[in-house]
Amino acid sequence: MKTKIREENGALIVSFEGDVDLQSSPDTRKALLDAVGQGKAVFADLSGVGYIDSSGVASLVEAFQKAKSQNNKFILISVSENARRVLELARLDKVFTICDSISDALDT
Amino acid sequence: MTENVEPDIEVRDLVAHYGPREILHGISMEVRKNEIMVIMGGSGSGKSTLLRHLMALEHKTSGSMNILGRDIDSLSMIEMFNLRKKIGVAFQSGALFSSMTVAENIMLPLFEHTSLDRVTMDIMVRMKLEVVELGGFGDLMPSELSGGMIKRAAFARAVIMDPDILFCDEPSAGLDPAISSALDDLILRLRAALNMTIVVVTHELESAFKIADRITVLDRGNILFIGTPDEIRASSNERIQKLLNREPDTEDIDPDVYLGRLTGKEEYGGVEL
Repeated sequence: MKTKIREENGALIVSFEGDVDLQSSPDTRKALLDAVGQGKAVFADLSGVGYIDSSGVASLVEAFQKAKSQNNKFILISVSENARRVLELARLDKVFTICDSISDALDT
Repeated sequence: MTENVEPDIEVRDLVAHYGPREILHGISMEVRKNEIMVIMGGSGSGKSTLLRHLMALEHKTSGSMNILGRDIDSLSMIEMFNLRKKIGVAFQSGALFSSMTVAENIMLPLFEHTSLDRVTMDIMVRMKLEVVELGGFGDLMPSELSGGMIKRAAFARAVIMDPDILFCDEPSAGLDPAISSALDDLILRLRAALNMTIVVVTHELESAFKIADRITVLDRGNILFIGTPDEIRASSNERIQKLLNREPDTEDIDPDVYLGRLTGKEEYGGVEL
């Protein structure tokens, strides 16, 4: 799994490529928490994620909670059907802000 | 469901004994990826024995078994350990440790198989508790749960690692119809969301017809029928119809064998489990 971070209009965009599973989710978690720790809006771009398991979703939840405690935005971008089903199973689709694109997220 | 893919489970000519008694007489079957296969049969048909073999918990007498593309006879201990990470089991009794909280029970496979951060583990457990509608019950001890809640907690533990294959042993046993139906819905939701292959052993007809893509009917250690619920319903096989109509299984008695059985002179003759 590869991670890239860039800044656009004051938001940190953390892009993931590959599967987020038990092996790679610790890296996902670290990248997200590091980004949230910078005190800016964070967009987690999942457009390159083929599969995400519960440990990956747990990392998203933890980062979201941390961003929320800092009054910063945390938005999921381009969530695949597979990831959306995992989120829906735990009703997290009601919790996260999910946008189709980075431009949509910047408009929120 | 795609049919033209390698099955997640493939069994060929499985023969199994308990002591000198042959329980399974050459079972061949496969379970396709993302399929819900229900194994049914009367009491003593061998369905629980078959399930334990599919879970690789028993040593077979002969035959072969592939799970997730691996011949289990060829696996080293470490390879088998790694394979088990991809398999979840919801035991009939729940099999929760009474000295641990519900959350600790559910977290156990994560401790055993991963080195995830504790915060991640805690969130994963709470997510799975929400999935099985036990949100907020993680701090309770198993003894404080009802029978239905124990079953759901067992499901949460079975799927905590997002397994490729989930085995469920009599998930509805001992539950009232409403709770049993809710567990059926949970099985269907887990399959849809986590893309799992699920094998369920049950004697509950309503449950079987509700959740199954295909049903394997076992009879005295042999496969009597494998097919979709509609194909089973349409079967003209007398023993299938007895099962569907809940008629008692009347065994044809060989007087000599039966006499030997009662007097212990002819061990196991004619008796099937």
